[in-house]
Amino acid sequence: MKDSTYYKTQRFAGRFVAIYIPCVIFLVFALFPFYWMLITSMKADTEIYNLDTTPYFWGKAGPVLSHYVQLFAHSEFPLWMVNSLTVAAVTTAISLTIGVMAGYSLSRLRFFGAKAFGMGIFITYLVPPTLLFIPLSQVINRIGVTDSLWALFLSYPTFLAPFCTWLLMGYFKTIPKELEECAMIDGCTRVQALLRIVLPLAIPGIVCAGLFSFTLSWGEFLYALTFILDTEQKTLPVGVTSDLIRGDVYYWGGLMAAALLGSVPIALLYSFFLDYFVSGLTAGAIK
Amino acid sequence: MSTQAVRQPLYVVPKRSLYVRTRDFLEQERVLGYLLIIPAVVLLAVLVAYPFLWGVYLSLQDKVVGRPGSYAGLQNFGALLGEGIFLQTLKNSLIYTVTAVGAKVVLGTWLALIIHRGIRRGRHFVRGAILLPFIVPTALSTLAWWWMFESLYSVINWTIIHLGLATEGPNWLGDPFYAKISVIIVNLWRGLPFFAITILAGLVSIPLELYDAAKVDGAGPINTFRHVTLPLLKPVLAIVILFSTIFTLADFNIVFLLTRGGPVNSTHVFATLANQIGLVAGKIGQGAAITLFLFPILVVVVVLQLYFIRKEEY
Repeated sequence: MKDSTYYKTQRFAGRFVAIYIPCVIFLVFALFPFYWMLITSMKADTEIYNLDTTPYFWGKAGPVLSHYVQLFAHSEFPLWMVNSLTVAAVTTAISLTIGVMAGYSLSRLRFFGAKAFGMGIFITYLVPPTLLFIPLSQVINRIGVTDSLWALFLSYPTFLAPFCTWLLMGYFKTIPKELEECAMIDGCTRVQALLRIVLPLAIPGIVCAGLFSFTLSWGEFLYALTFILDTEQKTLPVGVTSDLIRGDVYYWGGLMAAALLGSVPIALLYSFFLDYFVSGLTAGAIK
Repeated sequence: MSTQAVRQPLYVVPKRSLYVRTRDFLEQERVLGYLLIIPAVVLLAVLVAYPFLWGVYLSLQDKVVGRPGSYAGLQNFGALLGEGIFLQTLKNSLIYTVTAVGAKVVLGTWLALIIHRGIRRGRHFVRGAILLPFIVPTALSTLAWWWMFESLYSVINWTIIHLGLATEGPNWLGDPFYAKISVIIVNLWRGLPFFAITILAGLVSIPLELYDAAKVDGAGPINTFRHVTLPLLKPVLAIVILFSTIFTLADFNIVFLLTRGGPVNSTHVFATLANQIGLVAGKIGQGAAITLFLFPILVVVVVLQLYFIRKEEY
């Protein structure tokens, strides 16, 4: 009896050292920057730049909302947020449409060159925007959409659509072909079978691809920075990092408020769909 | 009026309407297959393949913004290889990629093992919290890191000083060595979730019987990891590492926001240097040449990825 409690304590101590302590350290590492955004954004300026008090908490003045008020009332922040939402929604819709079509075609239909197209799409999925941003900026310029959200509507699907296609190809393969064939024997055309049988079954895959597209689009920086110089047309990450920083004085309270608000929609979105996210993340890497 | 015998056919094949004929034509696999893939192909041809070729063309020109360029052969590439700043960038990129990817593999595996073996209650929360850095816009979270590394008000340095570890903290972004460390830390912070979660999925897929068998054979935790876990994790690790290598090497956001390549170019990577030379200074040709240095590495990664995926499939 005594022995068993002894071993139990020992085992618990072992788990404590091997599991819980490192886990807490990893969690602090992952979450502290967000905590720091929150705390800084709710401190008065005098507290932010006071080295004598403990910086981890609000001071005597308590949480202050002035940075948020400032952000919404006296900056283009709301506009950037609307731009980012628009861009994310439009490019996700475009990429999903293209992805469903191409993914279905490549995973289900036999035609000459299907394999080669599939490989081409996989390769573009691996092409980083860095490789293309300089020539693409000239192409965008020549199309005549520089400085408008259209530059992003056109350029984001170049990395979102291959991703959606790749993910949905894998997903379509898991749906039994017989289901479609039954529908076609019952008089559906192939397109009807796709719309009424395959798509409803593929909703988890589509939700996953959509979430990923939205996330990538919301966070994209290089193209948005390069193609858009007009303040009113900027997306949130570019607007916040270029226009809220004026001269040598950084308004850290406001900047952290903006960083937090720019992170919240995505965090909310994914707190509802965590499992979709994880399955997509691992599918993208493992499949 | 005489009645004429009309021979009625027993069964009338209705003439198919134009609509039906068109539909049936379009529904053939080889027609529909192409139709559905056209949007993707057009998009990628116009906005990926064409810009890529245009980039190659630009890199062979001595083009500067606002002036027509002329053919310059490999002059841009030659000039770059003779320039200190570019060689420095090559070196930085190598250090950045190798260190960051290495740290992500080791810590990612460790974290995945911790979650897999030890965390049951609260696993959902831990997984969600760990994933957070990966999904929020990097530009915005890098801003928070910038503030944490700020020379005067750094909360990290405040902690170091008040824990009594040192009388003053490092000048994170102002010293060439610490600036490198800083960008690597932020890259690690952002990329770790991807490694941990993917490796975790790999761990979950390993059949438990294998661990039981190892236990029966008397293998300790270290041997079990070396001879059971690691070999079965290899395909996942390979794909994650390849994937991360290309995107770490091509990273722009973190360096651009944290250090702008400084101090004294000690943190410049391909993307930030290409941006500075090609777009800020306007030497488009040379900028395009810099980004093209990524291409050979991309090819290697693609070939290896295809190899690993094939191996998984068959």
